[in-house]
Amino acid sequence: MNDEAACGLFDSGHRACGGCGAAMAARLMLDAAGKDTIIVSSTGCMEVFSTPYPETAWKVPWIHSLFENNSAVASGVVASLAKQGRKEKVIAIGGDGATFDIGILCLSGAFERGHDFTYICYDNEAYMNTGIQRSGATPYDASTTTSPAGSCSFGNKRPKKDLPMILAAHGAPYVATASIAYPPDFKKKVEKAINTPGPCYIQVHAPCCTGWGFEGEKTIAIGKLAIETGLWVNYEMENGVVTRVKKVVRKPVEDYLIEQKRFRHLFKPKKNDAEIAKIQATADRNAEKFGIDIKLKK
Amino acid sequence: MLEITEGSLAVADAVGKCRPQVIAAYPITPQTHIVEALADMVANCTIDAEYITVESEFSALSACLGASAAGSRVYSATTSQGLALMFEVCFNCAGMRLPVVMTIANRALGAPLSIWNDQQDSISLRDSGWLQFYAEDNQEATDLHYLAYRVSEDHNILLPSFVCFDGFILSHTYEPVDILTQEEADRYLPRFTPFQRLDAEDPISFGLFAAPDYYMEFRYEIDQAAKKALSVFPKAGREFAELFGRDYSGLVESYRMEDADCALVAMGSLCGTVKDAIDELRDAGNKVGLLKIRTFRPFPADEVKKALSGVSRVAVLDKNISLGSKGAVALEVRDALYGSQIPVHDYIIGLGGRDVRKKDIARVVSLAGEGKGDLYYGLREEVLK
Repeated sequence: MNDEAACGLFDSGHRACGGCGAAMAARLMLDAAGKDTIIVSSTGCMEVFSTPYPETAWKVPWIHSLFENNSAVASGVVASLAKQGRKEKVIAIGGDGATFDIGILCLSGAFERGHDFTYICYDNEAYMNTGIQRSGATPYDASTTTSPAGSCSFGNKRPKKDLPMILAAHGAPYVATASIAYPPDFKKKVEKAINTPGPCYIQVHAPCCTGWGFEGEKTIAIGKLAIETGLWVNYEMENGVVTRVKKVVRKPVEDYLIEQKRFRHLFKPKKNDAEIAKIQATADRNAEKFGIDIKLKK
Repeated sequence: MLEITEGSLAVADAVGKCRPQVIAAYPITPQTHIVEALADMVANCTIDAEYITVESEFSALSACLGASAAGSRVYSATTSQGLALMFEVCFNCAGMRLPVVMTIANRALGAPLSIWNDQQDSISLRDSGWLQFYAEDNQEATDLHYLAYRVSEDHNILLPSFVCFDGFILSHTYEPVDILTQEEADRYLPRFTPFQRLDAEDPISFGLFAAPDYYMEFRYEIDQAAKKALSVFPKAGREFAELFGRDYSGLVESYRMEDADCALVAMGSLCGTVKDAIDELRDAGNKVGLLKIRTFRPFPADEVKKALSGVSRVAVLDKNISLGSKGAVALEVRDALYGSQIPVHDYIIGLGGRDVRKKDIARVVSLAGEGKGDLYYGLREEVLK
């Protein structure tokens, strides 16, 4: 396979770290969406590593305006295309900071108005572009530069915001979670979202080797562990009802946590069983809520 | 055809006849009558536009930005706090060279909260790259929208425009306005031809980031484009005059300046009051004239210098204050007159809707005659103690 074919519509030469989950998300998203797609990007890692003027990695029409307005810009693009009788699909993409935090006003407005577009959040669970600060998507106890673990702190004090449910509550016809560790599943969800009329949302787990503290060759493995421990659940919701869930034979959350520097304080200088138990309880709640456990026959 | 109509309705009528394909707006006093009238036109299919009822002004302009980049003619309207909320997007529209046209129903900025008129809102965006045109009356406010689209969409310019008209004083006032027919409007303003657009057939990237080795050149080019409007606007004005008889070809406009000793400088609806005051002052033997600034951005420094070259003193009426410095118009006028010996006196006046009457103008003229300037005109006594 030549380079051109391997890269598809997201070209090589961009400045992402080796093993960047967000870059994988961009490539897989375009593989699924195809060339008749307009991408509206928020400010963030993906925008910066893919478009240093005068270069661009994007082989489809692409626009970036601000950190927090990609949903509103996408509203305008959709209206503009409709008025011109054009058929391109519109995808807004942003990181978790742009989506969960600073852009939620525009996102909520666009979903409430029902524009026909897909919003994809590449969720790497902190503000990576500015140096790994906590966001509303940062999980409980993760150490970031603004929620550092310390002598009187175990890291981030709050659980992750449940954004898919918030968007489902807007009446979104299709909401899904996905992971770059499961490419065919993510691509299928992108195809489904862009072909579903109305505002659709996909939150794709995109491990960040730099921000989470693991070697770049482990990105897929870390993504898989998040699913296998129940700390990330891949599911689909249609018209507010969960219709499909990825089931697993669950592993203990320790297997996932111990691989990442952001959770190192839970193991060193000595193992913090009480805090790890709280995170295990989160995974257990997820497992119960979504019914992800595969029961093995004894 | 001459109609007695409200300023906002006349503006909405002109906007509709400019055939915007996408309108995005959020309600704010005193802009509401414009966006309500446009919503009515869409609801009754008298115009063919997508109307996006956004959740904030920030999203209104962001939606316009996206719609413009995708190849449509776009429109929004706002004022005051709404414009302040758009601040970030304003710089983006200009930086991305998108010819958005937006009406500003000029209003004071809080705090304290005020819904009444001054020009602090649009003046505060003077460095954003938007062209800024100020209307004296509702006829001019209406007509300037046609000019704004012509100038903004000119492929040598490609910058967004504010059409500024004073909130309440013009927006809610009924005046006779000559309304163009759709056919007349179409003769002046052709369909929108984007310079470039988001298009799957010819994919380009909009809004890349620029490192220090490229950023300055972008700013230079935006500035150059804004300055080109100094010649493109008069041309658009002349063509409008040829078709409809009303002449907006001047970046500035002189009133009874021929032998004036004292020149007043003003923008917007204040100019009407000033003209009446000048007539009375002239009758009493005072040689006073008015220089009206129509385009604040780009600032027509050469035209200002030329128009003021023969006067003994200048009195600038600023409906804004660059806090900690001077009124924004006076700063520009002083810069234009740099090197001349003509004194430029600044008067901060009419902030937050305080009425400015003919007698106030006469008083300003006599203060300028005494060499007393750079002051807030008409303050309550207690703050001076």
